[in-house]
Amino acid sequence: MTQVTMTVNGKAVSGDVEGRTLLSEFLREGLRLTGTHVGCDTSQCGACVVHVNGTAIKSCTALAADLEGAEVVTIEGMANPDGSLSTIQQAFQDHHGLQCGFCTPGMVMSAAALLKENPKPTEHEIREYLEGNICRCTGYHNIVKAIMAASGQDVSAIAAE
Amino acid sequence: MYNFEFAKPSTIAEAVEALGQEEAQALGGGQTLLPTMKQRLAAPATLVSLNGISEMIGVCVNDAGEVCIGGATPHATVAREAAAHYPALAALAGRIGDPAVRNRGTIGGSLANNDPSACYPAAVLGSGATIRTNTRDIAADDYFQGMFDTALHDGEIITEVRFPVPDKANYQKFVQPASRFALVGVFVAKYAGGVRVAVTGASSNGVFRWSEAEAALSSDFSKAAVDGLSTPSGDMISDLHGSGDYRAHLVKVMTGRAVAAAG
Amino acid sequence: MPKDHGIGARSKRREDTRFLTGKGVYTDDMAMQGQVYAVMVRSTVAHGKIVSIDTSAAEAMPGVLAVFTGEDFAEVGGNPAGWLIHSRNGEPMREPKRPVLAHGKVRHVGDAYAAVIAETYAQAKDGAEALAAGTVIEELPAVIDMAAAVANADNRVHDEIPDNLCFDWGWIEDNREAVDQAMKSAEHVTTLELVNNRLVPNAMEPRASIGEYNPGTGDYKLTTTSQNPHMTRLLVCAFVLGIPENKLTVVAPDVGGGFGSKIYHYGEEALVLAAAKKLGRPVRWTAERSESFLSDAHGRDHVTKIEIGCTKEGEMLALRATTMANVGAYLSNFATVTPTYLHGTVMAGPYKTPHVYVNLKTVFTNTAPVDAYRGAGRPEATYSIERAIDKMARELGLDPVEVRRKNLLTPDMFPYTTPVGLVYDTGNYQATLEKSLDLADYAGFEARVAQSAANGKLRGIGLSTWVEACGLAPSHLVGQLGSRVGLYDAATVRVNATGTLSVMTGAHSHGQGHETVFAQIVADKLGISEDQVEIVHGDTSKIPFGMGSYGSRSLAVAGNAMNNAVDKIIAKGKKIAAHMLEAAEGDITFENGSFSVAGTDKAKSFGEIAFSAYVPHNYPLEELEPGLEETAFYDPNNFTYPAGAYLCEVEVDPDTGVVEIMNFTCADDFGNVMNPMVVEGQVHGGVVQGIGQAMIEQTTYDQSGQLLSGSYMEYAMPRADDVPMITVDHSCATPCTHNPLGVKGCGEAGAIGSPPAVVNAVIDALQRGGYTHVTHVDMPVTPSRVWAAMNG
Repeated sequence: MTQVTMTVNGKAVSGDVEGRTLLSEFLREGLRLTGTHVGCDTSQCGACVVHVNGTAIKSCTALAADLEGAEVVTIEGMANPDGSLSTIQQAFQDHHGLQCGFCTPGMVMSAAALLKENPKPTEHEIREYLEGNICRCTGYHNIVKAIMAASGQDVSAIAAE
Repeated sequence: MYNFEFAKPSTIAEAVEALGQEEAQALGGGQTLLPTMKQRLAAPATLVSLNGISEMIGVCVNDAGEVCIGGATPHATVAREAAAHYPALAALAGRIGDPAVRNRGTIGGSLANNDPSACYPAAVLGSGATIRTNTRDIAADDYFQGMFDTALHDGEIITEVRFPVPDKANYQKFVQPASRFALVGVFVAKYAGGVRVAVTGASSNGVFRWSEAEAALSSDFSKAAVDGLSTPSGDMISDLHGSGDYRAHLVKVMTGRAVAAAG
Repeated sequence: MPKDHGIGARSKRREDTRFLTGKGVYTDDMAMQGQVYAVMVRSTVAHGKIVSIDTSAAEAMPGVLAVFTGEDFAEVGGNPAGWLIHSRNGEPMREPKRPVLAHGKVRHVGDAYAAVIAETYAQAKDGAEALAAGTVIEELPAVIDMAAAVANADNRVHDEIPDNLCFDWGWIEDNREAVDQAMKSAEHVTTLELVNNRLVPNAMEPRASIGEYNPGTGDYKLTTTSQNPHMTRLLVCAFVLGIPENKLTVVAPDVGGGFGSKIYHYGEEALVLAAAKKLGRPVRWTAERSESFLSDAHGRDHVTKIEIGCTKEGEMLALRATTMANVGAYLSNFATVTPTYLHGTVMAGPYKTPHVYVNLKTVFTNTAPVDAYRGAGRPEATYSIERAIDKMARELGLDPVEVRRKNLLTPDMFPYTTPVGLVYDTGNYQATLEKSLDLADYAGFEARVAQSAANGKLRGIGLSTWVEACGLAPSHLVGQLGSRVGLYDAATVRVNATGTLSVMTGAHSHGQGHETVFAQIVADKLGISEDQVEIVHGDTSKIPFGMGSYGSRSLAVAGNAMNNAVDKIIAKGKKIAAHMLEAAEGDITFENGSFSVAGTDKAKSFGEIAFSAYVPHNYPLEELEPGLEETAFYDPNNFTYPAGAYLCEVEVDPDTGVVEIMNFTCADDFGNVMNPMVVEGQVHGGVVQGIGQAMIEQTTYDQSGQLLSGSYMEYAMPRADDVPMITVDHSCATPCTHNPLGVKGCGEAGAIGSPPAVVNAVIDALQRGGYTHVTHVDMPVTPSRVWAAMNG
């Protein structure tokens, strides 16, 4: 066991971890931040995406011990300070960008990372950026639309509005 | 996964020392190694993270004009910082895996693993790059020794990869729809001394140079020169995503497209 | 002006708030005091005799608390199939026992034959590894290919079933001769052999279960990833473990998608309950994705020969399908109804074809069990019909659109009794066809072909006109057909004293938005705010009963139960109002949340009536009980028949065989729509699952029974960059005539209608591009397959 210290959603946290403890396990079991989900074991599905030092990574494929001192943001840290939904979260609700909700935390975290890099992405850029996030419910249509809307673009012309 | 001791040295020297322990293994970005360990298919006693060694992270251009990439540099950094110096290499790095994988996976990790469908081996072999380790320089032509097999010794660390910059280059990746690795990837680079064509994803022997295409393109760098070739022979991978014949065909198509895109 | 609340409004989903902030609670998110971990020990061979299991090494491992093997469950019951099917010769199906843990033999890779319980997950995993090392399994030849399974009497998945045949079913057997005759005399017969590829459902949340036991009360609790908590309770109690039904609570909390795979009761659920009792501690199990691939029920897997007899003008006279359906190694709960009554009964499609006959052999193999997956039988039927019609049109030199116009049932023909036993109540198939052509700019297609050609691409368009039967199901009918359960649903509407409502429904939401849409319906009917209505689902201790969510039944069955319970509330409210307003009950009307005396301004609000029911000071106590709570069970008297027309336009790259979907258009008839936003989302998702089946998803076992596509590294799932935006329309609505809400199911439509549209488009592109020898490519139409077909 080694002790690891990080900042998670703005709060300093520490805990004892084994060498093999994944960041996703540390978040879910150690900190009880269960919004970060685990949907696969091959680093494909993206349900576990969180931000580490400002970039999106798959928390199921990173060791907690390797992230000593890191700044971590999870889905639990994405709402506005007053608890209301952030622009991206609100756009997902407004445009029905989620159904069962299981992939949603990873989708929101990826969307936030995208908009940070590229504030006005095209539909094609959004679809490419979401390559590592699998959703089985929505067919992606409304996720893409929600992200476009969150970026301030007009989505009224997109089919099925 | 089985448990292990975890070490995170901050210098190459410390890393070399840590890797000298019994059953120690280096950890790059872990994007392949950690899933492998979850399946209990690898069981190092000590895992030595290379992610804290700042001298191994970054992109620069040396006096010889080579683009030098630290062994622990994530793909996303290469995509961003090599773009001005070697656009084809940056574009390749920018299409490995997915954005979250690119933020974590490293060039050294990819090359040390030498997955037969990985993208980086095509760039390294196609550029005739030099793999610098803590003990020596290894030419790309000597480095790749078959599927998951390289010239690295136990405990040897890739500290840097040096890419000579070609006049023209392009990488065409035909994506395997599940893994998003290359079903076939072709890297074409035109240097003053000749053209190099490196193919990943296709052969069960791992990345290889397609010598017929290199010869044809060295005398005539055009898609038409590729069109005139027969498809490469050899041990093509045949699996549920494509037969060996199909992969051989794709090698030719992707080579032609790479040449056309290289301009 | 679209409504802003109530029925028909695009109400935003209330459940989204918790999902978007990480506050959803899925089974694996729960932590129980004193919990321990179960890991299943799974067979690595497809078929083998369990010679010996030495548990001692596992039991001696640090942290290991208990080990279970098949022996521990040898005396308990088995997990049954929900439907008893009879073969053409009258014999009942062969129904081998499906044990909690494999006993004597393992029958597929991933078949669990033991479980190890330990203090930590890692310790359980270590214990499982030790147990596997101490197990001797003598490998037997694997039965993989269906034709070989039936032909080879020496290799038996189940020793007591000599030909690996579950049943040989004919539907309708009385039609067989007429179909044979019509085929013989037809001017033209189109024949097509095709494979409906096996799929892994892949809900993003892996299955998980937590068992708890209270030795002080004898109460069990199972928290599990289920679409169907009441049926799970029934199966565990009455068939598998023999627990009294009143002693088990089943909770299905937030569930991350199902698509059929979470309808069924699985052995892990029984295991965690038995282990919890033995250890007196909560026992949890969560699948790794690689386990899900091996042990979740798969979908589809048919091999079919379909024939259509027709005139030279393309009038369809007879249709015959001869199918082999793979059920895998054991019968999962709906394994026998899916290829039969959810498949054979819809083989008439939306067409006038007078003679239809289906013969279906269902075969055991050493593969994971196969069961209902989104659409369940109806995608298989639709794919066969729509591919064959397209081929027929091509052979006759006719336009595929014209052929459909000629054969579609017309609105004046409803209600229409099909030759395969269904009565379509209503529909307008012409309307959806014309709508889809209009939305997809079919008229402009030729110009787009030319544009694509200029870019070196082959463009094609594919049509699918389909109808399905869903909203499962009328109990009297399914009972005659072999169902061992009724398929009604139930709702309790509890009006609280302050006028808010708690509505308990037997449907289970795992993405469908019930908490929002059901509240819209109740609020609309009562003239109150949606915020006043809470929807409670997924807990057998709170809900009267329910048959869960699958078969596009939530709204069509449970929704109508809720509708009827609300009607009972209104009826009682009128009695209370009549007393309070000193009027005759017959004079009370209820509108916009107000009970009033007709022709007067005397009125009581819904809230006042509710208050009076709980504070009955001015109340007809001598003739009416206080309180305001009503339960309704609703049993539909027919299926609902959503229908539609889907158009897919593709470009094929002739150099690589790559298919790109350029656009996809859906015109659907779902009857009355409660929340268009949610309906559109269901269609988007269904269509993309259908595109996945058509283009990239393939489940491949090698001849030794190893699953080659056992992870996301090999099993391709549609990603955002694989699919386009999808145009959907549901304006051509013909409300269902036999349920109060006038609704038809919409959850499976997209997955049913889309695969043939994609494949038809690919064949069209190849044909137009000069590859006239390509008349069919099996799904998934991967680049490799398309290229091989072009160059074959």
